[in-house]
Amino acid sequence: MDNSMVALSVIFGIVLISSIVGMYAGGRYKMNLEQWTVAGRGFGLVLVWLLMAGEIYTTFAFLGASGWAYSRGGPTLYIMAYLTLAYVFSFYFLPQIWEVGKKYGMQTQSDFFHKRYNSKNLAAVASLIGVVFIIPYLQLQLTGLGIIVEVASFGAISRVTAMLVAFGLVAAFVFVSGVRAVAWISVIKDFLMLFAAFFIGIGLPYMYFGGIGEMFTALVNAKPTHLTMPGATKVMGHSWYISTVLLTSFGFYMWPHLFSATFTAKNNNTLRKNAVIMPLYTITMPLIFFVGFTAILVVPGLANGDMALLTIVRQSYSPWFLGVIGAAGALTAMVPAAILILAAAALFAKNFYRPMISPGMTDDQVARLAKVLVVVITLVALYFAIYSATTLVNLLLLGYAGVTQFLPGVLFGLYWKRVTKPGVFTGLVTGIATVAFLVLTKQDPFCGINAGFFALCINFVVTIALSLMTKAEVNPFNDGPAPADEVKGSA
Amino acid sequence: MHKPSLKSILIGLIPFVAMCFTVALWDQVHPFVLGLPFNIFWIILWILITPIIMSFAYRSERTDIDAKDSGLKGGA
Repeated sequence: MDNSMVALSVIFGIVLISSIVGMYAGGRYKMNLEQWTVAGRGFGLVLVWLLMAGEIYTTFAFLGASGWAYSRGGPTLYIMAYLTLAYVFSFYFLPQIWEVGKKYGMQTQSDFFHKRYNSKNLAAVASLIGVVFIIPYLQLQLTGLGIIVEVASFGAISRVTAMLVAFGLVAAFVFVSGVRAVAWISVIKDFLMLFAAFFIGIGLPYMYFGGIGEMFTALVNAKPTHLTMPGATKVMGHSWYISTVLLTSFGFYMWPHLFSATFTAKNNNTLRKNAVIMPLYTITMPLIFFVGFTAILVVPGLANGDMALLTIVRQSYSPWFLGVIGAAGALTAMVPAAILILAAAALFAKNFYRPMISPGMTDDQVARLAKVLVVVITLVALYFAIYSATTLVNLLLLGYAGVTQFLPGVLFGLYWKRVTKPGVFTGLVTGIATVAFLVLTKQDPFCGINAGFFALCINFVVTIALSLMTKAEVNPFNDGPAPADEVKGSA
Repeated sequence: MHKPSLKSILIGLIPFVAMCFTVALWDQVHPFVLGLPFNIFWIILWILITPIIMSFAYRSERTDIDAKDSGLKGGA
């Protein structure tokens, strides 16, 4: 067999075995809508931890972070800071989200807006915004998968073909299994990811420089300004760093799929413990960065930094090992992709289509519609993945600029009884419009700060001002009993 | 619904100050610590310290909740 066949067979073999294990583990449960989306709220500390870890360590972390370390340098440090701080921030509102989620039988993020502000229109708008900004995140995973197969085939398979094959598999996987299979496949993925990070994160600097310290010394001598901000960029200085860390750490659990993963926890203490422990999972990230930094001197001049990690692995190890690393990368794209697709489909079917277009649908029909949407949403993301070229990290930052606009509605919804529906609605729309304007007119960063953060500030001001100007509303979360007609199932 | 106490919020602010707001103070290459440029060392150090700090926030919250629950119904 030639090199590309070896690498590709190893990738395909590992992905296939993982899928079978995941489907077997997930297939033993009967799936209704709640089971399919939030696994019947039965996950303990370990499974929630794995599920959340599975969602966090995506292609973004694997190829995107090393790619930015390679091409941008210093500004990439924001990734380690924001992941850690996102968990810190979650400590102060996720347990509360879980509490109201259980009380009102919530399954999606939009359910929160529906129940808190007593408005299915606001929930519908929130679900549309959620789905729209999940697309770039999904596109990121697709692009990553494409890069992996392209590099592993030594250029024999085009990226577009690779993406088509890989996403057929992901869609099929989501279609038959649901969230439980995804949680189990995460176990395999995390194990592989940890192994890969330690092996190449330490191994590559040793192979070429004799150690991590020696690698950094060589890098600082060759490129003295690369490792501090703004690194290889002109605009990503300290104000960009602070605003981006705040935007992304606040916005982390505003992702509809992470928000709804909260509801899979058995109790809210699980979430508190998670928030304490999870920062430790970030400790694998520096290893991925080391690979990107090593690649600067070993494989200089790559046009696309996102290919740095795989290119240096391909140059340094035998093809079967490239296959193992490629498989780890492929799973870090497929698992989050499956979760993203699942969340987007459920959100659109449950919070947009049923209340807005076809109110008479049963839960079973919604579940069926969600499965059709799996295919549609995947195709949309595939379209963008094929026709646009931007770095993986930029795609994620675009998504964050959008979803973080949910923050005022969520935080005030929990903690400020004076907040009103018109306030939240106007703030959200203004925030999204600001993001769209600044991004489309290429003004990100705006005056040295992250455009999404700038929009978030405007969003907060508008939400507060309009809430105070409009009539006070009843806060349904204010410790009254849950409305009887909405609570059902395992609540 | 249980609201976080001021004490636990202040504890949670510590990692934000260390990893985010003070960036201008530690974003430099020298001195190298344990073979790492100073800014990278600093971030890794705080990834390790943060769970310890948050365990204090956890304990503070737990005490509050248990005190509140003991009069009402048990557990979650």
